[in-house]
Amino acid sequence: MCATCGCGPSSHDHQDHEHGHDHSHQNGKGKKVIDVEQDILHENNLLAERNRGFFEGRNILAINLVSSPGSGKTSLLERTLTDLKGELEFAVIEGDQQTANDADRIHATGTKVTQINTGKGCHLDAHMVLHAVQGMKLKADSVLFIENVGNLVCPAMFDLGEKERAVVISVTEGEDKPLKYPDMFHSSTLCIINKTDLLPYVKFDVEKAKEYARKVNPSLEIIELSCTSGEGMQLWYDWLKSKVLTPA
Amino acid sequence: MHELSIAMSIVDLAAEQAAKHEALEIEEIELDIGCLSGVEMDSFDFAWRQAVKRTILENAIRKVNRIEGKAHCLECGCNFDMHHLYDSCPDCNSHFSEILSGKELKVRSLVLPD
Ligand SMILES: Nc1nc2c(ncn2[C@@H]2O[C@H](COP(=O)(O)OP(=O)(O)OP(=O)(O)O)[C@@H](O)[C@H]2O)c(=O)[nH]1
Ligand SMILES: [Mg+2]
Ligand SMILES: [Zn+2]
Repeated sequence: MCATCGCGPSSHDHQDHEHGHDHSHQNGKGKKVIDVEQDILHENNLLAERNRGFFEGRNILAINLVSSPGSGKTSLLERTLTDLKGELEFAVIEGDQQTANDADRIHATGTKVTQINTGKGCHLDAHMVLHAVQGMKLKADSVLFIENVGNLVCPAMFDLGEKERAVVISVTEGEDKPLKYPDMFHSSTLCIINKTDLLPYVKFDVEKAKEYARKVNPSLEIIELSCTSGEGMQLWYDWLKSKVLTPA
Repeated sequence: MHELSIAMSIVDLAAEQAAKHEALEIEEIELDIGCLSGVEMDSFDFAWRQAVKRTILENAIRKVNRIEGKAHCLECGCNFDMHHLYDSCPDCNSHFSEILSGKELKVRSLVLPD
Protein backbone atom coordinates (compact mmCIF):
# COMPACT_ATOMS: atom_id res chain seq x y z
CA MET A 1 0.00 0.00 0.00
CA CYS A 2 1.20 3.47 -0.78
CA ALA A 3 -0.03 6.10 1.65
CA THR A 4 0.93 9.00 -0.53
CA CYS A 5 0.02 8.60 -4.13
CA GLY A 6 -2.43 5.74 -3.82
CA CYS A 7 -0.57 3.46 -6.17
CA GLY A 8 -0.65 -0.20 -5.16
CA PRO A 9 2.31 -2.46 -4.52
CA SER A 10 2.13 -3.90 -8.03
CA SER A 11 3.11 -0.61 -9.63
CA HIS A 12 6.37 -0.48 -7.74
CA ASP A 13 8.02 -3.81 -8.37
CA HIS A 14 7.62 -4.87 -4.79
CA GLN A 15 8.48 -8.40 -5.78
CA ASP A 16 9.65 -10.68 -3.07
CA HIS A 17 13.07 -9.39 -2.27
CA GLU A 18 15.71 -12.00 -1.76
CA HIS A 19 17.16 -11.53 1.65
CA GLY A 20 18.62 -14.91 2.24
CA HIS A 21 17.26 -14.71 5.76
CA ASP A 22 13.89 -16.14 5.22
CA HIS A 23 14.20 -19.19 7.40
CA SER A 24 11.11 -20.56 8.96
CA HIS A 25 10.73 -23.29 11.50
CA GLN A 26 8.08 -24.85 13.66
CA ASN A 27 8.23 -23.65 17.23
CA GLY A 28 6.90 -26.88 18.62
CA LYS A 29 3.40 -25.57 19.32
CA GLY A 30 2.18 -26.07 15.79
CA LYS A 31 3.08 -22.54 14.81
CA LYS A 32 5.44 -21.29 12.19
CA VAL A 33 8.14 -18.79 13.13
CA ILE A 34 9.50 -16.70 10.26
CA ASP A 35 12.86 -14.98 10.73
CA VAL A 36 12.32 -11.84 8.72
CA GLU A 37 15.32 -9.71 9.75
CA GLN A 38 14.28 -6.86 7.51
CA ASP A 39 14.90 -3.14 7.91
CA ILE A 40 11.65 -1.23 8.28
CA LEU A 41 12.96 1.62 6.14
CA HIS A 42 14.26 -0.81 3.54
CA GLU A 43 11.72 0.21 0.91
CA ASN A 44 12.39 3.91 1.40
CA ASN A 45 16.13 3.39 1.35
CA LEU A 46 15.96 1.42 -1.90
CA LEU A 47 13.99 4.17 -3.58
CA ALA A 48 16.33 6.78 -2.15
CA GLU A 49 19.28 4.98 -3.72
CA ARG A 50 17.41 4.90 -7.00
CA ASN A 51 16.89 8.68 -6.80
CA ARG A 52 20.51 9.16 -5.85
CA GLY A 53 21.67 7.16 -8.84
CA PHE A 54 19.45 9.21 -11.11
CA PHE A 55 20.84 12.47 -9.70
CA GLU A 56 24.43 11.30 -9.90
CA GLY A 57 24.03 10.11 -13.45
CA ARG A 58 22.94 13.58 -14.53
CA ASN A 59 25.21 15.52 -12.20
CA ILE A 60 22.24 17.01 -10.37
CA LEU A 61 23.02 18.40 -6.93
CA ALA A 62 19.99 17.50 -4.80
CA ILE A 63 19.64 19.39 -1.52
CA ASN A 64 17.03 18.49 1.09
CA LEU A 65 16.01 21.59 3.08
CA VAL A 66 14.60 20.87 6.52
CA SER A 67 13.53 23.07 9.44
CA SER A 68 10.78 23.87 11.91
CA PRO A 69 7.81 25.66 10.36
CA GLY A 70 8.74 29.21 9.47
CA SER A 71 12.53 29.15 9.87
CA GLY A 72 12.91 30.55 6.38
CA LYS A 73 13.34 27.71 3.87
CA THR A 74 11.17 29.29 1.21
CA SER A 75 12.65 32.74 1.83
CA LEU A 76 16.13 31.32 1.39
CA LEU A 77 15.10 29.73 -1.89
CA GLU A 78 13.35 32.83 -3.20
CA ARG A 79 16.41 34.95 -2.63
CA THR A 80 18.86 32.34 -3.92
CA LEU A 81 16.89 31.63 -7.09
CA THR A 82 16.70 35.34 -7.84
CA ASP A 83 20.30 36.20 -6.99
CA LEU A 84 21.87 33.26 -8.85
CA LYS A 85 19.58 33.31 -11.86
CA GLY A 86 21.67 32.78 -14.97
CA GLU A 87 24.62 31.45 -12.96
CA LEU A 88 23.19 28.06 -12.02
CA GLU A 89 20.32 25.99 -13.35
CA PHE A 90 17.69 25.33 -10.65
CA ALA A 91 14.56 23.28 -10.07
CA VAL A 92 12.53 22.98 -6.87
CA ILE A 93 10.29 20.38 -5.25
CA GLU A 94 8.02 21.90 -2.62
CA GLY A 95 6.66 19.63 0.11
CA ASP A 96 3.73 21.09 1.97
CA GLN A 97 0.94 19.54 3.98
CA GLN A 98 -1.88 21.61 2.50
CA THR A 99 -1.36 24.67 0.40
CA ALA A 100 0.52 25.57 -2.75
CA ASN A 101 1.64 28.90 -1.26
CA ASP A 102 5.32 28.05 -1.18
CA ALA A 103 5.23 26.62 -4.69
CA ASP A 104 3.58 29.84 -5.88
CA ARG A 105 6.34 31.87 -4.27
CA ILE A 106 8.97 29.79 -6.06
CA HIS A 107 7.06 29.96 -9.34
CA ALA A 108 7.12 33.75 -9.06
CA THR A 109 10.92 33.67 -9.29
CA GLY A 110 10.64 32.00 -12.69
CA THR A 111 12.00 28.67 -11.49
CA LYS A 112 10.55 25.29 -12.41
CA VAL A 113 8.71 23.96 -9.36
CA THR A 114 6.73 20.82 -8.53
CA GLN A 115 4.44 20.67 -5.55
CA ILE A 116 3.96 17.61 -3.37
CA ASN A 117 1.04 17.84 -0.98
CA THR A 118 1.63 15.38 1.79
CA GLY A 119 -1.81 15.86 3.38
CA LYS A 120 -1.51 14.47 6.88
CA GLY A 121 2.01 13.24 6.15
CA CYS A 122 4.61 15.12 8.15
CA HIS A 123 7.59 14.45 5.90
CA LEU A 124 8.57 13.72 2.33
CA ASP A 125 9.82 10.27 1.49
CA ALA A 126 11.87 8.86 -1.35
CA HIS A 127 8.80 7.48 -3.07
CA MET A 128 7.14 10.90 -3.34
CA VAL A 129 10.34 12.41 -4.66
CA LEU A 130 10.66 9.63 -7.23
CA HIS A 131 7.21 10.44 -8.57
CA ALA A 132 7.84 14.17 -8.54
CA VAL A 133 11.12 13.79 -10.38
CA GLN A 134 9.53 11.59 -13.05
CA GLY A 135 7.41 14.51 -14.19
CA MET A 136 10.08 17.18 -14.06
CA LYS A 137 12.47 16.75 -17.00
CA LEU A 138 15.37 17.87 -14.84
CA LYS A 139 18.34 19.29 -16.70
CA ALA A 140 21.79 17.80 -16.29
CA ASP A 141 24.32 19.80 -14.26
CA SER A 142 21.59 21.53 -12.27
CA VAL A 143 20.69 22.08 -8.64
CA LEU A 144 17.50 20.54 -7.26
CA PHE A 145 16.20 22.00 -4.02
CA ILE A 146 13.72 19.85 -2.12
CA GLU A 147 11.90 21.86 0.54
CA ASN A 148 10.68 19.37 3.10
CA VAL A 149 7.61 19.79 5.29
CA GLY A 150 8.27 22.23 8.15
CA ASN A 151 9.03 19.77 10.94
CA LEU A 152 12.28 19.19 12.78
CA VAL A 153 11.55 15.60 13.76
CA CYS A 154 9.89 13.43 11.17
CA PRO A 155 11.86 14.19 7.99
CA ALA A 156 15.11 13.17 9.71
CA MET A 157 14.58 9.48 9.17
CA PHE A 158 13.70 9.55 5.50
CA ASP A 159 16.53 9.59 3.01
CA LEU A 160 15.26 11.15 -0.22
CA GLY A 161 18.40 10.39 -2.19
CA GLU A 162 19.79 13.87 -1.64
CA LYS A 163 23.49 14.72 -1.72
CA GLU A 164 23.28 17.36 0.99
CA ARG A 165 20.85 17.94 3.81
CA ALA A 166 20.61 21.52 5.02
CA VAL A 167 18.87 22.21 8.31
CA VAL A 168 17.70 25.79 8.81
CA ILE A 169 17.14 27.30 12.25
CA SER A 170 16.34 30.92 12.95
CA VAL A 171 17.44 33.13 15.81
CA THR A 172 13.83 33.43 16.98
CA GLU A 173 13.97 29.79 18.01
CA GLY A 174 15.84 28.56 21.07
CA GLU A 175 19.56 27.96 20.67
CA ASP A 176 19.05 24.52 22.19
CA LYS A 177 17.21 23.26 19.08
CA PRO A 178 20.13 20.97 18.15
CA LEU A 179 19.93 19.23 21.51
CA LYS A 180 16.15 18.94 21.44
CA TYR A 181 16.07 17.59 17.89
CA PRO A 182 19.41 15.81 17.60
CA ASP A 183 18.37 13.39 14.86
CA MET A 184 17.95 16.18 12.33
CA PHE A 185 21.29 17.80 13.14
CA HIS A 186 22.97 14.43 13.21
CA SER A 187 21.82 13.61 9.69
CA SER A 188 22.45 17.03 8.13
CA THR A 189 25.58 18.20 6.36
CA LEU A 190 24.94 21.95 6.61
CA CYS A 191 23.26 24.09 9.25
CA ILE A 192 22.01 27.54 8.32
CA ILE A 193 21.31 29.97 11.13
CA ASN A 194 18.83 32.39 9.60
CA LYS A 195 17.30 35.76 10.53
CA THR A 196 20.52 37.17 11.97
CA ASP A 197 19.06 40.64 11.29
CA LEU A 198 16.89 40.00 14.36
CA LEU A 199 19.80 39.28 16.70
CA PRO A 200 19.66 42.75 18.32
CA TYR A 201 16.06 42.09 19.36
CA VAL A 202 16.11 38.52 20.58
CA LYS A 203 17.99 36.54 23.16
CA PHE A 204 19.81 34.02 21.05
CA ASP A 205 23.36 32.93 21.73
CA VAL A 206 24.83 32.10 18.32
CA GLU A 207 27.98 30.58 19.77
CA LYS A 208 25.96 28.30 22.05
CA ALA A 209 23.77 27.22 19.14
CA LYS A 210 26.87 26.32 17.13
CA GLU A 211 28.42 24.51 20.07
CA TYR A 212 25.27 22.42 20.56
CA ALA A 213 25.02 21.63 16.87
CA ARG A 214 28.63 20.45 16.82
CA LYS A 215 28.05 18.29 19.88
CA VAL A 216 25.49 16.37 17.89
CA ASN A 217 27.46 16.46 14.67
CA PRO A 218 31.11 17.58 14.81
CA SER A 219 31.44 17.66 11.02
CA LEU A 220 28.42 19.89 10.45
CA GLU A 221 29.17 23.03 8.43
CA ILE A 222 27.46 26.15 9.79
CA ILE A 223 26.54 29.37 7.98
CA GLU A 224 24.91 32.41 9.61
CA LEU A 225 22.83 34.61 7.34
CA SER A 226 19.77 36.76 6.92
CA CYS A 227 17.43 36.25 3.98
CA THR A 228 15.98 39.67 4.70
CA SER A 229 19.10 41.84 4.91
CA GLY A 230 21.23 39.63 2.69
CA GLU A 231 24.01 39.49 5.26
CA GLY A 232 25.92 36.21 4.97
CA MET A 233 24.14 35.11 1.79
CA GLN A 234 27.45 35.15 -0.06
CA LEU A 235 28.79 32.43 2.26
CA TRP A 236 25.82 30.26 1.33
CA TYR A 237 26.33 30.93 -2.37
CA ASP A 238 30.00 30.03 -2.05
CA TRP A 239 29.07 26.82 -0.26
CA LEU A 240 26.51 26.01 -2.94
CA LYS A 241 28.92 26.65 -5.80
CA SER A 242 31.59 24.57 -4.09
CA LYS A 243 29.19 21.61 -4.11
CA VAL A 244 28.21 21.94 -7.75
CA LEU A 245 30.46 19.67 -9.71
CA THR A 246 31.59 21.30 -12.90
CA PRO A 247 30.82 18.99 -15.80
CA ALA A 248 33.82 17.26 -17.31
CA MET B 1 4.28 11.93 13.33
CA HIS B 2 6.67 9.73 11.37
CA GLU B 3 5.85 6.86 13.72
CA LEU B 4 2.71 6.36 11.66
CA SER B 5 4.71 5.86 8.46
CA ILE B 6 6.97 3.48 10.34
CA ALA B 7 4.01 1.49 11.63
CA MET B 8 2.46 1.41 8.16
CA SER B 9 5.71 0.17 6.65
CA ILE B 10 5.71 -2.63 9.18
CA VAL B 11 2.17 -3.59 8.19
CA ASP B 12 3.23 -3.68 4.51
CA LEU B 13 6.26 -5.74 5.29
CA ALA B 14 4.31 -8.19 7.42
CA ALA B 15 1.55 -8.50 4.83
CA GLU B 16 4.13 -9.30 2.17
CA GLN B 17 5.62 -12.04 4.33
CA ALA B 18 2.23 -13.44 5.26
CA ALA B 19 1.20 -13.60 1.61
CA LYS B 20 4.40 -15.39 0.75
CA HIS B 21 3.67 -18.00 3.40
CA GLU B 22 -0.04 -18.08 2.58
CA ALA B 23 -1.01 -17.06 6.09
CA LEU B 24 -4.25 -15.24 6.76
CA GLU B 25 -3.23 -13.84 10.08
CA ILE B 26 -0.15 -13.07 12.11
CA GLU B 27 -0.08 -14.16 15.72
CA GLU B 28 3.05 -12.41 16.81
CA ILE B 29 5.53 -9.88 15.53
CA GLU B 30 8.94 -9.13 17.00
CA LEU B 31 10.59 -5.77 16.36
CA ASP B 32 14.00 -4.26 17.07
CA ILE B 33 13.74 -0.55 17.83
CA GLY B 34 17.00 1.05 18.86
CA CYS B 35 17.08 3.77 21.50
CA LEU B 36 18.81 6.12 19.02
CA SER B 37 16.52 5.30 16.10
CA GLY B 38 14.45 8.45 16.48
CA VAL B 39 11.26 6.54 17.20
CA GLU B 40 9.33 7.93 20.14
CA MET B 41 7.72 4.91 21.82
CA ASP B 42 4.57 6.70 23.05
CA SER B 43 3.87 7.99 19.57
CA PHE B 44 4.70 4.62 18.14
CA ASP B 45 2.19 2.83 20.39
CA PHE B 46 -0.48 5.28 19.37
CA ALA B 47 0.42 5.01 15.68
CA TRP B 48 0.49 1.23 15.91
CA ARG B 49 -3.11 1.06 17.07
CA GLN B 50 -4.15 3.18 14.08
CA ALA B 51 -2.01 1.39 11.55
CA VAL B 52 -2.96 -2.21 12.36
CA LYS B 53 -6.72 -1.67 12.27
CA ARG B 54 -8.34 -4.04 9.79
CA THR B 55 -4.98 -5.44 8.73
CA ILE B 56 -3.29 -8.77 9.09
CA LEU B 57 -1.61 -7.46 12.26
CA GLU B 58 -4.79 -6.37 13.97
CA ASN B 59 -4.68 -9.10 16.61
CA ALA B 60 -0.98 -9.79 16.62
CA ILE B 61 1.01 -9.69 19.83
CA ARG B 62 3.79 -7.15 19.41
CA LYS B 63 7.17 -7.69 21.03
CA VAL B 64 9.68 -4.87 20.97
CA ASN B 65 13.38 -5.23 21.74
CA ARG B 66 14.81 -1.86 22.66
CA ILE B 67 18.47 -1.90 21.65
CA GLU B 68 20.75 0.28 23.79
CA GLY B 69 22.89 2.93 22.15
CA LYS B 70 26.61 2.14 21.94
CA ALA B 71 29.30 4.19 20.28
CA HIS B 72 32.98 3.96 19.41
CA CYS B 73 35.11 7.03 20.09
CA LEU B 74 37.11 7.98 17.01
CA GLU B 75 39.53 9.98 19.12
CA CYS B 76 40.64 7.57 21.85
CA GLY B 77 39.13 4.35 20.59
CA CYS B 78 37.04 3.38 23.59
CA ASN B 79 33.49 2.09 23.38
CA PHE B 80 30.80 3.72 25.49
CA ASP B 81 27.06 3.79 26.18
CA MET B 82 25.35 6.50 24.17
CA HIS B 83 22.02 7.64 25.56
CA HIS B 84 21.70 10.72 23.34
CA LEU B 85 23.22 11.57 20.00
CA TYR B 86 25.00 14.52 21.65
CA ASP B 87 26.76 12.41 24.29
CA SER B 88 30.52 12.73 24.20
CA CYS B 89 33.13 10.12 25.03
CA PRO B 90 33.30 9.75 28.83
CA ASP B 91 37.07 9.21 28.64
CA CYS B 92 38.32 11.96 26.36
CA ASN B 93 35.21 14.12 25.87
CA SER B 94 35.36 13.92 22.08
CA HIS B 95 32.15 14.17 20.05
CA PHE B 96 33.66 12.35 17.10
CA SER B 97 32.17 8.92 17.41
CA GLU B 98 30.74 6.13 15.38
CA ILE B 99 27.45 4.60 16.45
CA LEU B 100 27.73 0.85 16.95
CA SER B 101 24.17 0.09 17.98
CA GLY B 102 20.92 1.80 18.84
CA LYS B 103 19.89 2.85 15.32
CA GLU B 104 18.05 -0.44 14.61
CA LEU B 105 14.61 -0.35 13.10
CA LYS B 106 13.82 -3.88 12.07
CA VAL B 107 11.21 -6.58 11.84
CA ARG B 108 12.96 -9.51 13.39
CA SER B 109 10.41 -12.28 13.17
CA LEU B 110 6.79 -13.26 12.75
CA VAL B 111 4.77 -16.12 14.19
CA LEU B 112 2.14 -17.53 11.85
CA PRO B 113 -0.53 -20.08 12.63
CA ASP B 114 0.27 -23.41 11.06
N1 LIG C 1 13.47 39.10 9.92
C1 LIG C 1 13.59 38.07 9.11
N2 LIG C 1 12.51 37.37 8.73
C2 LIG C 1 12.68 36.33 7.89
C3 LIG C 1 13.95 35.95 7.40
N3 LIG C 1 13.80 34.87 6.61
C4 LIG C 1 12.49 34.58 6.59
N4 LIG C 1 11.80 35.46 7.36
C5 LIG C 1 10.35 35.48 7.62
O1 LIG C 1 9.96 34.32 8.30
C6 LIG C 1 8.66 33.89 7.88
C7 LIG C 1 8.66 32.45 7.45
O2 LIG C 1 9.52 32.32 6.33
P1 LIG C 1 9.36 31.16 5.26
O3 LIG C 1 10.44 31.34 4.27
O4 LIG C 1 7.97 31.07 4.75
O5 LIG C 1 9.67 29.89 6.17
P2 LIG C 1 9.57 28.33 5.81
O6 LIG C 1 10.66 27.65 6.53
O7 LIG C 1 9.55 28.17 4.34
O8 LIG C 1 8.15 27.96 6.43
P3 LIG C 1 7.28 26.62 6.20
O9 LIG C 1 7.39 26.24 4.75
O10 LIG C 1 5.91 27.00 6.60
O11 LIG C 1 7.87 25.59 7.11
C8 LIG C 1 8.24 34.86 6.78
O12 LIG C 1 7.42 35.83 7.33
C9 LIG C 1 9.56 35.46 6.33
O13 LIG C 1 9.41 36.74 5.80
C10 LIG C 1 15.09 36.71 7.84
O14 LIG C 1 16.24 36.47 7.48
N5 LIG C 1 14.84 37.75 8.68
MG1 LIG D 1 8.19 27.09 3.17
ZN1 LIG E 1 37.34 9.09 23.55
